[in-house]
Amino acid sequence: MTSVIHDIGYRHYDGKRLGRAYAVRSLFTHNLRAAYGLGRPVKAKIMPFLLCAIMLMPAAISVAVTAIAAQVGAGRDVQLIRYSAYAVYLQPLIAIFLAAQAPVIASRDLRFHVTPLYFSRPLSRLDYVLAKYGAFTTALFILLATPVTILYIGALVTKQKHIGTHTVHWLAAVAGCLLFALVLAGLGLVVAAFTPRRGFGVTAVMAVYLLSTTAVAAVQGIAENQTQFTVAQWAGMFAPFNLVDGVQVWALRAKQSAPEPPPSGIGGPVFTLLCAALIVGCVAILYLRFRKAGAK
Amino acid sequence: MNPVIASITFRAMLSKRRILLLFLLPALLLMLSIGLRASGHADLDNATMLLTQFGLGALLPLLALLAGTGVIGPEIDDGQIMYIMTKPIARPVISTTKYVVSVVLVVAFGVVPMFVAGVIMTGMTAGLATGFALGALVAGVAYCALFLAIAVLSRFAVTIGLIYALVWENLIARYAPGAKTLSIRQWGISVADMVTNATAVKADVASSTAVPLLIVVTVAGVAYAGWKLRTLSVTGTD
Repeated sequence: MTSVIHDIGYRHYDGKRLGRAYAVRSLFTHNLRAAYGLGRPVKAKIMPFLLCAIMLMPAAISVAVTAIAAQVGAGRDVQLIRYSAYAVYLQPLIAIFLAAQAPVIASRDLRFHVTPLYFSRPLSRLDYVLAKYGAFTTALFILLATPVTILYIGALVTKQKHIGTHTVHWLAAVAGCLLFALVLAGLGLVVAAFTPRRGFGVTAVMAVYLLSTTAVAAVQGIAENQTQFTVAQWAGMFAPFNLVDGVQVWALRAKQSAPEPPPSGIGGPVFTLLCAALIVGCVAILYLRFRKAGAK
Repeated sequence: MNPVIASITFRAMLSKRRILLLFLLPALLLMLSIGLRASGHADLDNATMLLTQFGLGALLPLLALLAGTGVIGPEIDDGQIMYIMTKPIARPVISTTKYVVSVVLVVAFGVVPMFVAGVIMTGMTAGLATGFALGALVAGVAYCALFLAIAVLSRFAVTIGLIYALVWENLIARYAPGAKTLSIRQWGISVADMVTNATAVKADVASSTAVPLLIVVTVAGVAYAGWKLRTLSVTGTD
């Protein structure tokens, strides 16, 4: 009996062991709350809730304008913002939320070298990464899907025509929001996990989004000037929002919201495959990053 | 100016991961401009598009954000600024030194690459490269001053700076053109427009408005940072 050597007479814990599932669940809720600054000082809540409020504003205004227009009888001409276009139109705000909150999830444990404390629990590395990824994806999904749902409720309340089509489009848009959340959360967490220093992670995540998006926009603009439309369409897959919008267009039958649709033919499947590869790749990189994180 | 503070700040800014990003940003611009040149599409219109959209619209604000907040933000966060502030050096000297460092970084990694990219694409035609280099310089100087002031003011400097650069200068300016009057990017384009005679460069703000505003923002930003640093309270980090 080896345990005897260490038994110096303290009382043993003989309560219930909550186990791995409980640890994963706790980590998930903790990180989901942390993404919105809940359970932290007021200062940490300002940014996420401010961005959330700004995200909701266009949807609320759109519903209000439609409702007023319906009252004065101009309802034919005024339409709600398209559900699947919402994330693409407001992408700067979503990107700021992503950049501001990804380091909160991914960098803090690294910065303060506390990962060994997590891994001394019945929690595997993969559990840890998946719990964080899931939590951040959920946080982003809440940010994206809430305004879209407000628009849909607005459509119901103002008694829009073709409510069946509205429902289908809304469901497709919510699926699109989930895809946006999955891709963006993956990218954000990977970049933030490699830049643990405070403030720097925010800039790094932003750099990845802003540079890819503006570079693609510039290439697309130039390619269109030269009437090379296929080049312009293929270029879309190098920017996250254009990529996911391409998948929305192909897989979810949405109208295109990014400047260019995916190329016809194999374009849609390629965009979708790339999306899937991106999500899996991000989880794999995060796993590798956190596998040795406790070493230093 | 204090050479010791300057050298410490430089060393902190050029640490291994930061420098990767600092090189990556202009490298992308140069790659795109070489690609344009190689594929034979490097006319004045396309060069202007690339330099305005990518150069002034993304590269410069990002670099200035990285440099302007990076020179002082992390030190305030982890409390290291105390070791400098307890030395007999006037606080405005500290902030001004850090400001100069950030401007030097923006010039080295932003303005010079913009000029080189301009030359690669159009040579010296119509003074496009010179115009954009000058526009980028004045915009970079103003951005750095603004972001330094925000960095001293708030712990969320990077996010606030991003909201200004992205939401105000991009999103709101697109739908409400009046917002362009208070946009450093537009002031930079205005200065570029003054220098170059390429018709592709179109400024939305008159240079008689842009130049005074640039000076006001720069002076006010640096002065505010120096003044605020005198009464800085270092609170806990997260």
